[in-house]
Amino acid sequence: MHQFLFGIYPYIALTVLIFGSIARYETEPFTWKSSSSQLLRRRQLIIGSVLFHVGVLVIFFGHLGGLLTPIWIFDALGISHGAKQLLAVIAGGVAGVMALAGGGMLFHRRWTDPRIRRTSSFADIGILALLLAQLVLGVGTIFVSLQHLDGHEMTKFMSWAQGIFTFDGQAASYIEDVALLFKLHLFLGLTIFLLFPFTRLVHMLSVPLRYLWRPGYQIVRSRRKTPAE
Amino acid sequence: MKVRAQIGMVLNLDKCIGCHTCSVTCKNVWTSRDGVEYAWFNNVETKPGVGYPKDWENQKRWNGGWERTKSGKLQPKQGSKWRILANIFGNPDLPEIDDYYEPFDFDYDHLKSAPEVKAFPTARPRSKISGERMQKIEHGPNWEEILGGEFEKRSQDYNFEGVQKEIYGEYENTFMMYLPRLCEHCLNPACAASCPSGAIYKREEDGIVLIDQEKCRGWRMCVSGCPYKKVYYNWESGKSEKCTLCYPRIESGNPTVCSETCVGRIRYLGVILYDADKIDSAANTPAEKDLYDAQLDVFLDPHDPAVIEAARADGVPEDWIKAARQSPIWKMAMEWKLAFPLHPEYRTLPMVWYIPPLSPIQNAAEAGKIGHDGEMPDVRSLRIPVRYLANMLTAGDEEPIVQALERMSAMRSYMRAKTVDGVIDEAIAERVGLSGRVIEDMYKIMALADYEDRFVIPTTHREQVEDAYDLRGGCGFTDGNACSSGISEGSLFGGKRKALKMPEAM
Repeated sequence: MHQFLFGIYPYIALTVLIFGSIARYETEPFTWKSSSSQLLRRRQLIIGSVLFHVGVLVIFFGHLGGLLTPIWIFDALGISHGAKQLLAVIAGGVAGVMALAGGGMLFHRRWTDPRIRRTSSFADIGILALLLAQLVLGVGTIFVSLQHLDGHEMTKFMSWAQGIFTFDGQAASYIEDVALLFKLHLFLGLTIFLLFPFTRLVHMLSVPLRYLWRPGYQIVRSRRKTPAE
Repeated sequence: MKVRAQIGMVLNLDKCIGCHTCSVTCKNVWTSRDGVEYAWFNNVETKPGVGYPKDWENQKRWNGGWERTKSGKLQPKQGSKWRILANIFGNPDLPEIDDYYEPFDFDYDHLKSAPEVKAFPTARPRSKISGERMQKIEHGPNWEEILGGEFEKRSQDYNFEGVQKEIYGEYENTFMMYLPRLCEHCLNPACAASCPSGAIYKREEDGIVLIDQEKCRGWRMCVSGCPYKKVYYNWESGKSEKCTLCYPRIESGNPTVCSETCVGRIRYLGVILYDADKIDSAANTPAEKDLYDAQLDVFLDPHDPAVIEAARADGVPEDWIKAARQSPIWKMAMEWKLAFPLHPEYRTLPMVWYIPPLSPIQNAAEAGKIGHDGEMPDVRSLRIPVRYLANMLTAGDEEPIVQALERMSAMRSYMRAKTVDGVIDEAIAERVGLSGRVIEDMYKIMALADYEDRFVIPTTHREQVEDAYDLRGGCGFTDGNACSSGISEGSLFGGKRKALKMPEAM
């Protein structure tokens, strides 16, 4: 069971994430959107949304960098495991509380405001609930981590994550003995990956950074062939 | 010089009777769907009033359009690109649906299904968004119809800037006009500039501004970017939508639905050639009052052989150049100087222009106290203050408005002299800088307004860009994803399930 959940399930989740997103982008571009509900109710949205998004982005990139950067890079930079652990706890803790506060406001708004509730799909409410649960679990792991600040526990997760991405068949065994809370957090995280292409989360793949580089402001499309010279 | 063609529109407000036929036919064709019940690609406002959405003209509040920065750069008023991106999680300038109005329907069924009761059954309103009962309808798409509501609220109208507005609240001095509004299909659209996804574009061949529904991600920056508030967020599909200038009709040489159905024959459609290289500098003209002249300078004279040659070189089809020479828009905007852009100070270089309305002479003038400038009444003593019209159409510059009103007034005098007294009075025409021949042309186009004089629309030349053979079995216009039969099965990816709505047999 452990081998399936943490050795095979990650590949299922990532495959669905990648191919599902491609399929959706290619076949149903009309459904690819951020699904903003700001028009219908501004109250609680601006502050809730900013807190939530900023918090989640910090957490996301923190996990990405923290888990997938090979441990020898930290060693080479002279950052001890304990220091890295402390950084993760503090930065993750602050961002986690921000995201949780913002997400809580968004959920409250979505659940109680008749306009938003009525126009929400099952997936809209479900994915927000899962994200909130994941944030609670994630912030909860901080209390476990505080028991062992030497950072050794953390390196297990790094080995596992890097093992998954390097197709290491033993990856799951590296986290055999971690606390249940961590395992729940990992499982739920993978599940969110699995559900990603079927929810509004896809909008994060469309971060319009290219806007900053777009030459000028205007876009003109032409159907005309350039006239014969 | 880079010559492009644009289908422009002129609305003769002098003849608008405020019947809303344009709005209703537009609504039936384009926005009778879920999510855009509140959206009116075309709406008619009674002025003075705050309009729809409330207070839309006040860019200090909404930050729509463009601004010239201190360093002389032109950028969207809601901020530079990074500023717009920074607001992507929550857009502080976005109106809420209540600023338009909460869409509603009535419980009509209750009228026939109610049991026998003492009180007469009524159809009470219900929200189209939440489905809940609405105790009171607070606002609608035309809440100020014929000066509805108290002057206190209507006088928040932005066009009262610099006008002693208190006296217009008095019954004897009140004035009124209609303002039909639609997307301006600007030369320098602020919606397109604000779109982070790059989904909004202007078509080179006819200047129509459209939103690519498959590229739109619903970042909603266009809604706040447009100073006319003519981009609407569809809360059901999560995409922005706007007036398409009925491009399927325009492409086949037909007028837009709003123009076709206008009972007052106030709408004109025609080609304007313009110099795309001049757009930036025109929109960035330092003084707001010069923006109207700057935009006139962007337009190219279709009778000028150099322009014709350049247009051909830039691929403008021959019949489009010919249409530009017969364009009623060109005549009214450039030759007669009767039509003006709506709020040029937004720096979007709008392409739907308006002829200001004449209005009755104030009581005082009728009593012979003031106002006769020779033969003709002084247009400054008309009921609608010139300053009010100038704030709306020329960023506050009164001279062009006065000239236009005088010319329209002269047209009436001249034609009255001709048809009633049987006298051709060239002096009337000369006094406003025109000739009798021009006035008769004005009369034909503006007063008689025959169909073929109002709409001079060349067809699109698809045959030059597409091989029709490759389009066999294509599906034409669709609702989003590729081909659609009108029925949607729903999908794993959140596509909504929709049944084909057909009238049922009784």
